[in-house]
Amino acid sequence: MRSTNIAPELNKADRAALRHRVRPDDWKNPKPREIYDLVVVGGGPAGIEVAQCARRLGVTVALVERKELGGNSLNAGSIPSNTLIHSARLCAQMRDAEAFAVSTPAELKLDFTALKSRLMRVRARIAEYHSVDRLRHEGVEIFFGDACFSGPDTVAMGPTTLRFRKAVVATGARPRPPTFPGLVEAGYRTSTDIFDIPELPERLAVIGGGPLGCELAQAFRRLGSQVTILQNDPKFLPREERDAAELLSQSMARDGVDIMLNTTVVGAHAEGSAKIVEAQNYDRKLTVSADEILLSIGRIPNVESLKLKAAGIDCDGEGVKVDDFLRTANARIYAAGDVCMSHKFTNVAWASARMVVANAFEAKELRHQELMIPWCTFCDPEIAHVGIQVWDAREKSIPVKTYTVMMQDVDRAITDGQDDGFVKLHVEEGTDRILGATIVATRASELINEVSVVISAGIGMRALAGVLHTYPAQSEAIRLAALAYVRDHAE
Amino acid sequence: MPDDLADDALVDRLQRSAFGYFEKYANPENGLVADTSREGSPCSIAVVGFALSCYPIAVENGWMSRQNAAALTLRTLQFFRDSAQSERPDATGFKGFYYHFLDMKTGRRVWQCELSLIDTTLLLAGMLTAACYFDGGGAEAKIRELADRLYRRVDWRWAQEGFETVAQGWKPECGFLHYGWEGYNEATILYILGRGSPTHPLTAKSFGGWTMTYQWENLLGSDVLYSGPLFTHLFSHAWIDFRGIQDAFMRQSGSDYWENTKAAIALHREYGARNPNGYEGYGRDFWGITAGDGPGYRDMRVDGRDRRFFGYMSRGAPYGPDDGTIAPWAMLATLPFARDAALSGTRQLLASYPRVCRDDRFCSGFNLTLPGDDGGGWLSEGWYGLDQGLLVMMLENARSGLNWKLLRDCPYVVSGLKRAGFEGGWLSQ
Repeated sequence: MRSTNIAPELNKADRAALRHRVRPDDWKNPKPREIYDLVVVGGGPAGIEVAQCARRLGVTVALVERKELGGNSLNAGSIPSNTLIHSARLCAQMRDAEAFAVSTPAELKLDFTALKSRLMRVRARIAEYHSVDRLRHEGVEIFFGDACFSGPDTVAMGPTTLRFRKAVVATGARPRPPTFPGLVEAGYRTSTDIFDIPELPERLAVIGGGPLGCELAQAFRRLGSQVTILQNDPKFLPREERDAAELLSQSMARDGVDIMLNTTVVGAHAEGSAKIVEAQNYDRKLTVSADEILLSIGRIPNVESLKLKAAGIDCDGEGVKVDDFLRTANARIYAAGDVCMSHKFTNVAWASARMVVANAFEAKELRHQELMIPWCTFCDPEIAHVGIQVWDAREKSIPVKTYTVMMQDVDRAITDGQDDGFVKLHVEEGTDRILGATIVATRASELINEVSVVISAGIGMRALAGVLHTYPAQSEAIRLAALAYVRDHAE
Repeated sequence: MPDDLADDALVDRLQRSAFGYFEKYANPENGLVADTSREGSPCSIAVVGFALSCYPIAVENGWMSRQNAAALTLRTLQFFRDSAQSERPDATGFKGFYYHFLDMKTGRRVWQCELSLIDTTLLLAGMLTAACYFDGGGAEAKIRELADRLYRRVDWRWAQEGFETVAQGWKPECGFLHYGWEGYNEATILYILGRGSPTHPLTAKSFGGWTMTYQWENLLGSDVLYSGPLFTHLFSHAWIDFRGIQDAFMRQSGSDYWENTKAAIALHREYGARNPNGYEGYGRDFWGITAGDGPGYRDMRVDGRDRRFFGYMSRGAPYGPDDGTIAPWAMLATLPFARDAALSGTRQLLASYPRVCRDDRFCSGFNLTLPGDDGGGWLSEGWYGLDQGLLVMMLENARSGLNWKLLRDCPYVVSGLKRAGFEGGWLSQ
């Protein structure tokens, strides 16, 4: 893949639109009320959801954001990464086009500037749904600036004090900084700024084999970079089961990603314009030379500047400490999203936000542990999971049998040439109750939602087997797994 | 190979030839056996374990005199008794374990390889087999005494490093190695021998800690405790008779490891028949995806499809990796579990591709998708000791059950099984 800049437009209109939606240049904070029913600290997915839900209940809401609305998801997470991933998929599909009897130009060209423009356009468009104007129209009073707690019922923004009856901490999380020497001096990027790179790096070193590291390693490889990924564990995606992680390894290797598992990064330095990652694979020392280094070793909560102690809020390295109902040690203050949840996903941020509003203003007692969380790693194939993992069930002495259908055996996956992966439904033995599912498929992120609905609705394997699916469709794999259950339990 | 041989005669002939590997590639001075037949190959301690387990078979079949077998076995054990056990990087072992690869003459560690738990386990299984078989006086008594001493000095507990499950290896240069054993694999015998130790046993929770990662699965029409490579369903079974005995996991699943291997074989055959990746040759009688030699790492376009080939690696079905390479010996090695399938596949393979069995001995890998120099598919050079040892043992177990019977009388195996929670069948008699 050759990278070009054949359309070097910077998409000023989209940039301006985005800026206007997430933090207008001419913004002036409103005059604060005497007291708010709710002050939300943090304007990411959780904070915005809290503010909007609370306003629908008629309470007065102030939303405080340090930088821009939208948080990680819009600015440095799911939205930009999936936009990039989609272009990368197209590149991969075009390379494979011959297998589908379609000719493509001998040399594929990537217009990286145009890709960045599209990224900006997508962000600007999505930002509209949670924009400053829309929130203000809904009655949310927005304050931009650095804020911290100044007491058990007050938030300070410079000279301004916001008093509240209830508050929510929703300040999110940020990439974990390096834990080894030399990287700061050598220069590195994280998810926060990787999408700002001026050009496609010829060589990219990715440190960390979690979801984002894997997604971007594969995407940049497909766009044309030489990519090396270094992971200190024996497998990628420690939260996923062996077979899923193994399929991902195979897929990334097929794309040409240089994979280094069981490899610990111990340092970095610069040599001229190159950045050198120093690593150790047990007794073997090695170096990786790159033009850019992407550090993706997890996320840490944004709490340092909040003066949580002033409000009586407990916090540790994992984030704000909350009880089952997402209440902090200060009973009038709650937390939602990445700042307190172990699963740092946008859908979890939204769900925890809705839970907070219900608990704080509707006298509900919803427990965050009861959330059934589907998640997905957006590699190709995608890896999605919902519900219990088999090892968790076994630890709880719940007998589980897994019904697996390989995508190789699904007609639509065959017609589409997307037959890498599987659907696994984990069923409690002696019942037809589905406890969880793992799906590896081109669109696992969509397929998993059927299983989420099935589990949430209490639909068992027998009933699922009887539900007609369109044909041919990749979701047929889910029904085939249910049919295997029925055959297994035939009289 | 004449194609009119009766089944038993065919099996006898192939077993005898497989055993010939040990006659040719063992160092008679110290009992070490080469990993492969290739020039300069070091010794693999696992292959030595297979060799020690095959000598009794050779005696029973008249291929070796009992006296010679006992003498070679004793020399082997004496080598391991006398060789250096220390933290020095060129020692033979440490804490009773041994390095994976040793110099054929000096017995010193080579290739800066790891102190290997699973390979030490297979070596110890061979030593215990010898101790159970050689029940006479003189050299045979010394074999029993030495095998007992070498087994008892293994510090299994050290290899847990304070955790529930074991590390996979250790190196003096960097300490313990954790390759991440998640899910079922060939390590059952490791945990059983480790639990059975009277001196430094694995902790009570070790086996349960490992089996906690198991997954009982309905896959390609089989109920199976899945593990991709076929050898993982065979290694522990070469020594231990799992028929009718169950641990907690198998009790809950209503199966046992014997039935599970049968299910895995059915799965491999079904995968061969479905052949989702369109590899040449694959079918219900062309299967055997396992660890073994391969064509080497390369990407190429074959018949309009992009193909990626691998070198020596652990291949698996159906999750992969699979590059169209089968191990030609693997189908026959399943003889105790699936006689018809094993013979049917082997006969078809020999009839269609006789060169996979040069001198009546199977090569390690065969790939029909990658055209070889003569267009007849890629073929691994020479032979691998692990393949030959496993085949000799499995064919003997199918015929007489000799190795199973021997270790059923081994007190360490019995106590290891019981401590790991196995019950029923011969274990309860």
